Parts: sequence; structure tokens; C-alpha cells
Amino acid sequence: MARKAITGNGAIALALKQVEPDVMAAYPITPQTEIAQNYAQFVADGAVKTEYIPVESEHSAMSAAIGSCAAGARTFTATSSQGFALMWEMLFIAASLRLPLTMPVITRALSGPINIHCDHSDSMGGRDCGWIQLYGEGAQEGYDNAIQAFRIAEHMEVRLPVMTMIDGFIISGAIGPVETLEDDEVKKFVGEYTTLNPLLNVANPVTVGAFDSLGGWYFEHKVAQNRAMDNAMKVIEEVGKDFGSLSGREYSHFKTHMIEDAEIVLVAIGSAAGNVKTMVDTLRAEGKKVGMLKVRTFRPFPYEQIRQALSNACVIGVMDRSDSYGAQGGPLFTEISAAMFGGETRPKMFNFIYGLGGRDIFPDDIRGAVETLEQAAAGEQVSQTRHYLNVREG
Amino acid sequence: MSKTRPEKKKWDVSDIQKWGPGRHEKGATIPESGNAQDYKTGGWRSERPRRDREKCNDCMICFFACPDSSIRVENDKMVDIDLDHCKGCGICAQVCPRDAIEMMNEIKACKLEEK
Repeated sequence: MARKAITGNGAIALALKQVEPDVMAAYPITPQTEIAQNYAQFVADGAVKTEYIPVESEHSAMSAAIGSCAAGARTFTATSSQGFALMWEMLFIAASLRLPLTMPVITRALSGPINIHCDHSDSMGGRDCGWIQLYGEGAQEGYDNAIQAFRIAEHMEVRLPVMTMIDGFIISGAIGPVETLEDDEVKKFVGEYTTLNPLLNVANPVTVGAFDSLGGWYFEHKVAQNRAMDNAMKVIEEVGKDFGSLSGREYSHFKTHMIEDAEIVLVAIGSAAGNVKTMVDTLRAEGKKVGMLKVRTFRPFPYEQIRQALSNACVIGVMDRSDSYGAQGGPLFTEISAAMFGGETRPKMFNFIYGLGGRDIFPDDIRGAVETLEQAAAGEQVSQTRHYLNVREG
Repeated sequence: MSKTRPEKKKWDVSDIQKWGPGRHEKGATIPESGNAQDYKTGGWRSERPRRDREKCNDCMICFFACPDSSIRVENDKMVDIDLDHCKGCGICAQVCPRDAIEMMNEIKACKLEEK
């Protein structure tokens, strides 16, 4: 165990080096580039035996990763933003072939206008591509999730690709303290890779990616895929507990802060959770019954557990770092709303969209959101239309 | 059936019509290779190639041109056309240097066969 001053990207690259998968297929893109670059350096230095496949685009990066994983190699890649968007069609194929790929996604806004800074438009746009999605708050969670991703993806009851998010620049480029594990601890934790129907087994040839249309079993395969997501719900928790015994940092689907007696709860995801937590503490000191729920697992979405955790809240404010154009609110808002609708009590729900294109979020913005929620709690008429924080109107 | 097809079949699919999500291999993988032949594409055909044995000199140009490997060959001779897989594209008729293959309306050809 060592404490290192390292960037979010550096921490993730280190995690991957310690896992030492068989193959990395990569294409650089801001703000993920440092991962591809650091890993290329590890390969060049002979620090890892990983086969590094430099490709000409992210579509090819994901295609090469799919080929490699189907062949029977433990494989990963990493991306951001436009690169993620370019992978789009292959993301669905990776998931439907049930390939246990892993991929750190360093979240960044999608064009246009052209913008390289953080928001969740990329990964949230890919929420229905069949990948498991784990969101980290800081570099530590980025490091921890990158390691756990292999165990989750490769579990025989899951066998689905896993993407682990950290916020671009805010976390990926900022240097902070990260508790790291020893190489052998990480290798032991992830274990030996077990192949399933690998293409390179010539003694047992298989067909991967066959045609399955009308009159076939496409529908059954899709149902199987979603049931694997159900299985992942349990496996993510098991792996999170195991990781806790190893590192002292236990993980589940979400984390709560002061929600037991909270009338008002803010739901956050990604790096802004730190800001929200600080503001919750400030408001608590002022005697306000405010709490926070930080989402880690977005796919599969732990709707039952979240409904349970939020069952005492009167008013819920959901904070989204991406918008869904023409929808009632951002992706996190619609998920939380759907979860709460199935409960006995229906809290009032409000959506706060913030930080698009890397726009900063300040403590006062969060305080302002809580004031809006307080008005609703007091029975005042508050617009259900999505609210935007720190946006210029006029 | 082509001669190159492996005889061994290890995947028992006798009741596959009843298979639910749990019965299939993960990722829709088929645990054997060389099975494209099991997918019969002949039903797509609207025109059927008919070969005139008299005109044909077994030059094999149709064999190389056929995109569905539907020209059956045995001992260097063109035996017949695999109608389970021929989609009726007409390339064989087009490339035949001796006009030994003609395309006929599928329904007409079927009726002719019935007689």
C-alpha cells in the first residue's frame, strides 16, 4: 500500500498496469490521452507484457478490442467524448457478444460547439448500449473502479463489458492523493482470466457474430443480456465488498451522506458529489435537514435500493451533468424519478442541470438549488421544468 | 451438401424452437463452425437458374462467379445447382460463355417441375 500524488489519468493507467491485461487497443483523445500515452510508455519500457495495438480511430479501437477479446485475450481500451461517439455501433456489439472488455471513460462534452471540457454527454448518451457503467467521484474511485471492472466483467454470470467514468480534466488532469495497492495484490484480486468460447481455440471452433433475424432468437439473446445486467447488480456488490477487505475501501451501488432524517436530498454523480457533500455539511451546520446520495452504478440502475434509501425524503433534487434534449430532465433525473414512482410515497422531484462543457459549479449554485427545494418543501409552487445552475440568462 | 462440411455435429439443436434466453450460449455464439450452410437462403429467389447439359462444357466460370457457392461440382464436372442456397441473382447466367444457363421465373419453374 502506498500513497501517491498522481493525476486521475495516471492513477487509472497505474491500475491497468497492475492488472496487466493481454491487449490494449487505443487511440488518443483529450482528456483520455494520458492513459493511452502512459500505457504505451509501460509497454515500451517492458514494464508490462501487454500487446499494444495503435489504431487509426476509436471505431477501430473498439473493433480491435472486440476481436482481441473474442479471440480469448483480456483486453481494454479507454476513450472520451467524440471518440466514445465514434465507437457507438461497436459498443453495442461488444455488449451483445458478451465480451468482458473494460474501458475507462474520461467524460467530456460532445460537440458542438466544439468543447473539450467535462460533462457527461458522452457516457450518458451510451447508457443503453449494454455496458455496465460505474461513475467515480475522484482519482481514488477511478483507480479502484478500473481494477474492480475486470472482476465484474469477467464474472461468468455477468460477462458484460464495463466502463468506468471519471470527470475529464477536473479529475483526470488534477493531481491528488491516491492510495494504491501492490502489483501482486491487484493481480491476485483480478485473478487469472477465464476465456469463454475463444476464437483462437482451433480444437473447438466457434462462430461469433452470426446472423439471427426474423424467426430466430434475437429477442431471447437480448433478454439474456438484460438478465446478465440483473446478475451484475449482485456481482458489483460482491466485488465491492471483496475490494473493501483488500483495500479498506468498500464499494456498493451508491453512497449516502446524512440522508436518514433528511427532508431534502440532493442526488449527484461524478466529481460534483464532493461539492454537494461540502454544501450539505454547511447547511446541516445551519440546522437544515439536507442529505446527499451519490450514484456509482448507473447501469444496471439500482432502482429498488435507491427507492428504499430515498423513501424518507419529501423533496429530491437530482443533479445532472448532461441534458436530454426534449426530455423532462437529464438522464439521472429520469432514472431517479422512475425509481421513486414505484414507491409508496412520491416525493416532489426537481432536476438541476449544471456544468455543461466544463462550466464550474460553485457552492452558491448548490445552495441556490437547495433554496428552490426548500420552497417546494414549504408547499410553494415551484416549476417542474428543469432548472439550470450557473447559466447566463438575459 | 458440400464435401468440405465437417460431419461432426456437437451442438444438439433438436428442440431449439423452444429455447429461452437461458439455453443459448452467451453472446449468441454458436459452439461450432462452418454452419452458414444451415441457413437456407433459397426461399428469397424469384428467378431460378436452369442449366442446359448439352451446351455446358464444365468450364467452371459459373462456379467461381457464384457468390453463394451454389454451383455443385463433383469430379471436375458441374453436377447441378444447390437450390437451397441459390438466391437467383443470375450472375451464373450472365457469365456463362456458352449461354448454357437461363433464368426462369421461380413460380413457372416450380410448376414445370410438378409436371
